[in-house]
Amino acid sequence: MPHPRPTLATLLLLGVLALAGCADREEPAGTEGDDSGAFPVEVQAEGAPAVTLETRPERIVSLSPVATETLYAVGAGAQVVAVDAVSNHPEQAPTTELSGLNPDPEAILAHQPDLVVVNADLENKLADALAPTGTKTLVLPAAATLDAAYRQFELLGTATGHRAEGEDLARRTREDLAKIVADTPEPEQPLTYYHEVDETFYSVTSTTFIGQVYDRFGLTNIADGDDPNAAGGYPQLSAETILRADPDLIFLADTVCCGQNAETVAQRPGWDTLTAVREGRVVELNDDIASRWSPRVVDFARAVSEAVTTAVAGTSE
Amino acid sequence: MLATVLVGASDLGWRRVLAEIAAQLTGGTSPLSEREAAIVWQLRVPRVLLAGLVGAALASSGAAFQGVFRNPLADPYLLGAAAGAGMAATIVVVLAPATTDWIVGPLPIAAFAGALLGVGLSWLLGRSSGGTGTATLLLAGVAVAAFLTAVQTFVQQLNTETIRQVYTWMLGGLNVSGWREVLLALPYVATAAVVLCLCARLLDVLTLGDAEASSLGVRPGRVRLLLLAAASLATAAAVAVSGLIGFVGIVVPHLVRLLAGASYRVIVPLSLIGGAVFLIVADHIASTVLPGELPLGVVTAFAGAPFFLLILRTTRTRMP
Repeated sequence: MPHPRPTLATLLLLGVLALAGCADREEPAGTEGDDSGAFPVEVQAEGAPAVTLETRPERIVSLSPVATETLYAVGAGAQVVAVDAVSNHPEQAPTTELSGLNPDPEAILAHQPDLVVVNADLENKLADALAPTGTKTLVLPAAATLDAAYRQFELLGTATGHRAEGEDLARRTREDLAKIVADTPEPEQPLTYYHEVDETFYSVTSTTFIGQVYDRFGLTNIADGDDPNAAGGYPQLSAETILRADPDLIFLADTVCCGQNAETVAQRPGWDTLTAVREGRVVELNDDIASRWSPRVVDFARAVSEAVTTAVAGTSE
Repeated sequence: MLATVLVGASDLGWRRVLAEIAAQLTGGTSPLSEREAAIVWQLRVPRVLLAGLVGAALASSGAAFQGVFRNPLADPYLLGAAAGAGMAATIVVVLAPATTDWIVGPLPIAAFAGALLGVGLSWLLGRSSGGTGTATLLLAGVAVAAFLTAVQTFVQQLNTETIRQVYTWMLGGLNVSGWREVLLALPYVATAAVVLCLCARLLDVLTLGDAEASSLGVRPGRVRLLLLAAASLATAAAVAVSGLIGFVGIVVPHLVRLLAGASYRVIVPLSLIGGAVFLIVADHIASTVLPGELPLGVVTAFAGAPFFLLILRTTRTRMP
């Protein structure tokens, strides 16, 4: 159903209501709409079409968990009216049954958004479907690098009228990561690791966003093999390869989805011979934190740091 | 079989592996470390055995289906066996993802039940629609498979977060396998294989036609039911431990038929052996041709599809 373009008065009213409604939300101090007058603005993520926003969006639908987390982190939480079913953080995010994988324009328009944020929009189909209602579609593809993730923080800040907070978030995340890495002891010998995406041994290489985080700690990825770009950075390893490589650290990013933990790993055929299993260096990560290029990448880095610190302490004893 | 145990994804050196096997047989000193020995005995050997079991199950049941339905296009995945297994597995993954255990958990059991459900529904629908010919049963199988696949797709769409797990399972593979899967599949596949081999002569009788079979003292309906049950059992056991692996059930029996003649007394036992060899080789390629794993179902499709077309081309004039 077509939705009429909001008038200036409507937008002002919505803005006031949004500001009033966000009193009990977690917003960065003194940052509400400080640069909301910077519109119109054109934003464009790498590998996605440019979008021009005439006014500050006040009704945002996020169909990407990363975007949802980032929107709240840049102080745009009060503008978010609906998020997809997989967006489970932060708690106050208005989770709905909307799908980011298979977006339904009609279901999205039921929330009367003026901006929709998605991971991908093949052939601009969603954007074309929403455009007649005045709703803009912002595509934020998966960030391939940490720097690309930081740029998305800034971009979402700019797109939502929180430019300064977006830039601040990128800077703080960059600095936090650098500090965590700097505070982590360096092992005498490079440590190897295996990052498990699911229990059929899908992994990541060091060319991926996740692999780059490990890379910052000087860890060597057993999935890299001769070609870290193989399988787009997400190869499926064989159990034999993993056993042969005998990684110093095992990171499980399938604890929530697939119920894996240090105990289940130890019960796999032959895995009880692995050094990481015997030395208690199987790290149970949160699947979401270990797969999203959101501000929570700092939590992921912290978990890696703790694992490396423990491993270094263990080897130096 | 020995060759695939000697060479695997990791380079242990085939001479050392051979020496390890000899040491185990003679009680000598093992040349391998504990971890290397685990690779050989806990990963390679059970994986090769499982590949053999799955291949034997799919190929022999393919031969049986082709004989029962007197249709060269029949294979274990017809009549909704695979679709039923896929639907049941999807439901389990969606309802209880945290408890999904690819070894002894609810997934293989559900796949097993789903495969039997698919075949059972096809058979009942085929019978109740009044038709007695093979075409009626095959059409019922197509309809049941389409319906069960639709249910699976519907459940998947409602639970997009588990699509990856289901998708991985549907590609088929033996990457996550060990002795427990071998022990899980062995009794079912062995039972089915014995029944199919013992009844292979009856398949030859069925090819003469129901009237001729009856005149020879064979009751076609009961024989078909027995063979269908055995073939479905083998298929379900294979699907339960390996996911969906296509083309084995069509290609191997046809190849055997080309090489050894049209008698099912020869085709069924040779399909057992041929299927085992085919899948052991395919799995070896899947685990060694790339740095990572290649889905086994992809390898069998690569090898099977062109080969199947070749078989069709060379045998079409002789097909019933």
